[in-house]
Amino acid sequence: MGIIKRLGLNFTWLKRIFKKKRARIGIYGPPNAGKTTLANRILRDWTGDAMGSVSNVPHETRRARRREGVTINYNGSAVTLDIIDTPGLATKIDFHDFMAFGMNEEESKRRAKEATEGVIEAVKWLDELDGVILVMDATEDPYTQVNVTVIGNMEARKLPLLIAANKIDLPNSSPARIHSAFPQHPLVPISALEGQNIDLLYREIAEHFG
Amino acid sequence: MKGIQLDLISEDKLDGMTSMEKVRLILDEVRNGKILVLEKGLTPSEQNKLIELTMTEIAPDDFSGIEIESYPVKHNDNFLNKLFGKNTLKTRLTVIGPAAQLKTIKKDRDLISALVSTP
Repeated sequence: MGIIKRLGLNFTWLKRIFKKKRARIGIYGPPNAGKTTLANRILRDWTGDAMGSVSNVPHETRRARRREGVTINYNGSAVTLDIIDTPGLATKIDFHDFMAFGMNEEESKRRAKEATEGVIEAVKWLDELDGVILVMDATEDPYTQVNVTVIGNMEARKLPLLIAANKIDLPNSSPARIHSAFPQHPLVPISALEGQNIDLLYREIAEHFG
Repeated sequence: MKGIQLDLISEDKLDGMTSMEKVRLILDEVRNGKILVLEKGLTPSEQNKLIELTMTEIAPDDFSGIEIESYPVKHNDNFLNKLFGKNTLKTRLTVIGPAAQLKTIKKDRDLISALVSTP
């Protein structure tokens, strides 16, 4: 070491080449599946912070949000990730749907426009990721095109995907239905809102994205 | 006779088209009120392109987007494909129509049930 110092050798560049890149993990899913609720849960547990606001009105998240360097510990091993909370993916956006939540026409049209931009942003982020947590509403039919598209993308790129079957606090939820639809991917039944099984999710995150 | 036009597009025709040609064809036809049935579905990257372009064309009181349903992709796990690192995903039948006219009632691994209405 002394010789290296004396010779003035600096191995920073070498470290940079061999340093493991921090995995970028996107939280994906259809609108109102609980993506931001889950992102908030993860950030609160590990950074004490929150990602964004949540609402029962679809497309509350209309811009992707990124949090860098979130370290998750499980059983003595730690994994540090960049987490991207993405806007809900959709193939249709009708401003009338927002009016049903009490918004006026102008407000609804603006939200619809922003939501379309958010969907484009979410799709573009798919090219930048190392893995995905796909949040599905366990009370809904799992064979939606959004789910099929996200899973198809990850499989085509051979990137890891973890399914969070959310809303198991609701009586009509059925994580088993999701598992039978996509048995090839690991699944954790959770309630992001109430924190049920969240430790199991952290274990799977550490295992699959570490 | 009044009705809704249903176009069934063969795998051969789709194979002869570029990704952008497929996406453009789908959006143009769907915007004209047609329902399309693709014998072979779109690749994941084509689906992404279709979603992106659809979002750019959504306009209030004119076009609210598309309804698209396909079966989950199949894995073609034969030995030669694996050996040569070929893409082993096989896309499957896909139905696409205007969101205002096509509504999926039920979908599972082997059945897509949809309702088509007049504009």
